Amino acid sequence: MLQRIYAVFRARNLEFLRDRGTLAWNVVLPIALMFGLATIFGGEGRNEYTVGIVQSGEALDTVQHPFLDTRYIRFVAVVDRDDAILKVARHQLDLLVDFGDSQQYWINPDSPKGYFVEFALLQSVSATGRSIDKAQISGDAVRYVDWVLPGILGMNMMFSSLFGVGYVVVRYRKNGFLKRLRATPLSALEFIIAQVASRLILITTITSIVFMGTKYLLDTTMEGSYITLLLVAVVGTISMISLGLVVAARVTSEELAGGLVNVITWPMMLMSGVWFSLEGAGSFVQNAAKIFPLTHVLDSARAVMLDGAGLLDVAPRLIALSIMSVAFLGFGAATFRWRAD
Amino acid sequence: MPIALEARHLVKVYPGIRAVDDVSFSVAEGICFGLLGPNGAGKTTTVEIIEGVTPVTSGEVLYFGNPAGSRFREEAGIQFQNTALQDYLTVRETLEMFRTLYDRKADLDHIIAECSLQELVDRDNRKLSGGQRQRLLLAVALVNQPRLVFLDEPTTGLDPQARRNFWTLVQRIQNDGTTVILTTHYMDEAHVLCDEIAIMDTGRIIAIGAPDALLQERYKGLIIELPVADLQADLDGIEHRLIDNLGIVEIPSSDINASLNELSTLAKDLNRIKIRQPNLEDLFLDLTGHTLRA
Repeated sequence: MLQRIYAVFRARNLEFLRDRGTLAWNVVLPIALMFGLATIFGGEGRNEYTVGIVQSGEALDTVQHPFLDTRYIRFVAVVDRDDAILKVARHQLDLLVDFGDSQQYWINPDSPKGYFVEFALLQSVSATGRSIDKAQISGDAVRYVDWVLPGILGMNMMFSSLFGVGYVVVRYRKNGFLKRLRATPLSALEFIIAQVASRLILITTITSIVFMGTKYLLDTTMEGSYITLLLVAVVGTISMISLGLVVAARVTSEELAGGLVNVITWPMMLMSGVWFSLEGAGSFVQNAAKIFPLTHVLDSARAVMLDGAGLLDVAPRLIALSIMSVAFLGFGAATFRWRAD
Repeated sequence: MPIALEARHLVKVYPGIRAVDDVSFSVAEGICFGLLGPNGAGKTTTVEIIEGVTPVTSGEVLYFGNPAGSRFREEAGIQFQNTALQDYLTVRETLEMFRTLYDRKADLDHIIAECSLQELVDRDNRKLSGGQRQRLLLAVALVNQPRLVFLDEPTTGLDPQARRNFWTLVQRIQNDGTTVILTTHYMDEAHVLCDEIAIMDTGRIIAIGAPDALLQERYKGLIIELPVADLQADLDGIEHRLIDNLGIVEIPSSDINASLNELSTLAKDLNRIKIRQPNLEDLFLDLTGHTLRA
């Protein structure tokens, strides 16, 4: 079994590595995106003020304090206070306020935006005749390029997994290569494992090169363990390749495969937090995003890279990704079709 | 010789069409068995059912007396009519990849030499000519030292020289003791290579046996061919067959001298007359009423 998997794995690797155009595209695109974004957003943060309001529910209760009527500030409901305090430290929130029992706010004294938002807060508080406690949080700002790096790498992994595997398998089926393999002792599961392994090695290698390159060139933030981040990348890539195999399991037309992959990738790209955070989005959107592997990959990667999260911190998301992988692979193998007709 | 392969009452139904209709035959070990018929006769579907790549509607396939399963897959070599190989791989890499999929392994250099691929081992698959590509696909079918080889229309599209070179290869394989199952619509190819043939039309086998035996059973003598334009009177009372699209008339004859005497009174010119042995094309025409590539 292993020798058959290795044979298909090796052949697929040779095919990919000798296809210079595809290889170059997979390496150059994420690097070009990184430099483009670094140029556009390099020294800039967000252009609006964002204040987190600690609440028990997801919906923002705007009647609880007149401060929430202040114009030009985006207020977001916060349920997890500790997580939000971390965001204040990272300058991802300009201020965090709890109008509940504690009557407290958190500010990073190094944040220029925090300074102005605090001024507005204190004015509205004094108008009510009440007082509020202040807590200072320290931490360096997370540049947009630091925040978006996992998103870009994850997006590249997603496209490479879904289009790479989906298209290739459909092409093999359409041109009769799969039918030829069917006439050998190779099983569907062995073929699928070989495809997953081949794509996994290629994507992990390319992503690691791009990551190290951008780290060197742009000095991007890395607070956590490289091993944990690699594990996130590997588990996440397997889940997305497996999703690609679900698409490719029976489809016989490259056009249809392309359409199906687009139907999956676009919502994933928009809802998984590649380009912007889902903070402030409705709870329905945030919960719906959890069905996408990319959401778990990006949340885990950002936790490791920006917050220094350890393996135990990201374990629940890795388990979710593993369950998805098993389900996708099982479905793909069970429904796999060797022939086009 | 033991029976290597037996097809029993194979039926394949697609929506609106019965592609294979109760096909049964057996193949003794070591022979070359030909499945003949025009395009659409059902021979490729029949062979693909036997190969296990097309599910059968009903019927069964036995390999050395047992249902064809993993042993069959391990011991059979298959060359499909249309097979794409992986891009960017060389001839040797392609052969190595397929060889690794089997527990039974042939000596690769021997296969390369047997299929005359020595000069091509480092060439990209995509850069092979039609004949070179067919030789590679045959080599792929041999990487597991098969006891049974399926060749589906292996010479379609090849030039006459490449076809004849391919026949030599197939004969060499058969001489090594390998059972060969060949599908073709070239009757001359079947006559040269096959020990036994089954002629298929519209999903059914209409004749089966050794080529010469089938011909001797049907024809007692020679066939005279004459252009219709050279006739000056009708051939009333003489057995004949008109080949419209070629503008010729074919007259079977068991006494060639008597036939020529008779024709000399009916034809204005005998200079373009041809006398030949009956062949499988004639047999097919007689059995089905239509030409092979109609």
